[in-house]
Amino acid sequence: MFNNYEELSDMQIDVLREIGNIGAGNAATALATILDEKVDMSVPSVKITGFDEAVQALGGAETMTVAVLVNFSGDGNGMIMFLLNVEDAKSIMDILIGEDDSDELSEMKISGIKEIGNILGSSYVNAISALTGLNIHVSVPYIAIDMVGALMSVPIIEFGAIGDKLMFIEENFNGETNDLKSNMIMFAEINTLKIIMQKLGLEI
Amino acid sequence: MSQLIVVGISDYKFAKEPEVIVTYALGSCVGVCLYDKVTKIGGLSHVMLPDSTSFSAKDINRKKFADTALVDLVQDLKRAGVGNNRMVAKIAGGAQMFEVQPGSKLGAIGERNIICVKQALSQLRIPIIAEDTGLNFGRTQYFDLATGTMKIQSLNRRIEEF
Repeated sequence: MFNNYEELSDMQIDVLREIGNIGAGNAATALATILDEKVDMSVPSVKITGFDEAVQALGGAETMTVAVLVNFSGDGNGMIMFLLNVEDAKSIMDILIGEDDSDELSEMKISGIKEIGNILGSSYVNAISALTGLNIHVSVPYIAIDMVGALMSVPIIEFGAIGDKLMFIEENFNGETNDLKSNMIMFAEINTLKIIMQKLGLEI
Repeated sequence: MSQLIVVGISDYKFAKEPEVIVTYALGSCVGVCLYDKVTKIGGLSHVMLPDSTSFSAKDINRKKFADTALVDLVQDLKRAGVGNNRMVAKIAGGAQMFEVQPGSKLGAIGERNIICVKQALSQLRIPIIAEDTGLNFGRTQYFDLATGTMKIQSLNRRIEEF
């Protein structure tokens, strides 16, 4: 029986990793469709890690980052946050919308990123649904550009009750003209984790 | 200048002049600086959640919650020699990082943290003499124990001193 991420067994973590893998596959397919080019993906790295380690992996607490947040709810509840370095966000939007001279992300590019975050988030949620048969839907996406530590504090606060660990998925999408390094963090309510494990026939 | 003392999320540190304590990238969390200008001893607490009472008491991290972290920090400061009535507070953070629909509980966390920090300080009879809270941006909070100055740094904004 587990009550937080720290207490998950290796086998349970493997299940989460597999969800991460399938989600990443879905995400690559979705990205290929939007970009209208072939998108390869690396095997994603899925880690259960502490807040500080995740922040360090993203360049340190004060690194300016674009974050898209989606809630999921229904038979399972949680939150997915998609994090992208500002430079990467700009270059992917240059491809999608066209280059401009501005150093800032235009409103149009920001909403483009929001949509990509939404699609990636949905890809992971669909992976959970497909594996478990649970009926889960995602909220509208929310976007913010700020220090990564401040952005990541939002889901960690929301799920602060289930421990200080989070699921950190790092993945490289390699397109024909552009590479995109994506980082996602996923939080699920402890009951949701239990339901997922049960549905997959694991002891909890 | 001495080395910075870094406070992580759900933690607090205290020290004496000439040290500078810092906590990076406060979002919806609240950073609380407590200071005694006579001894020049002070502490900084990075509060993550408003209230510990809905969690089972036995294995909570007391430094995570407004109601427990500040009580403990005040105890530690008193043990370090800070007089009862000399402590003052400067607080920052509690932002709403994402613009969500009105009524969504997601938007209310920062505000709830601010309210609970203020309640805890009022119960401890510590006056708040400066505040940079709310709005929608992350803040790094420096606390200079030589002067008691709280310095707030944000992306694309002027550095502010309190």
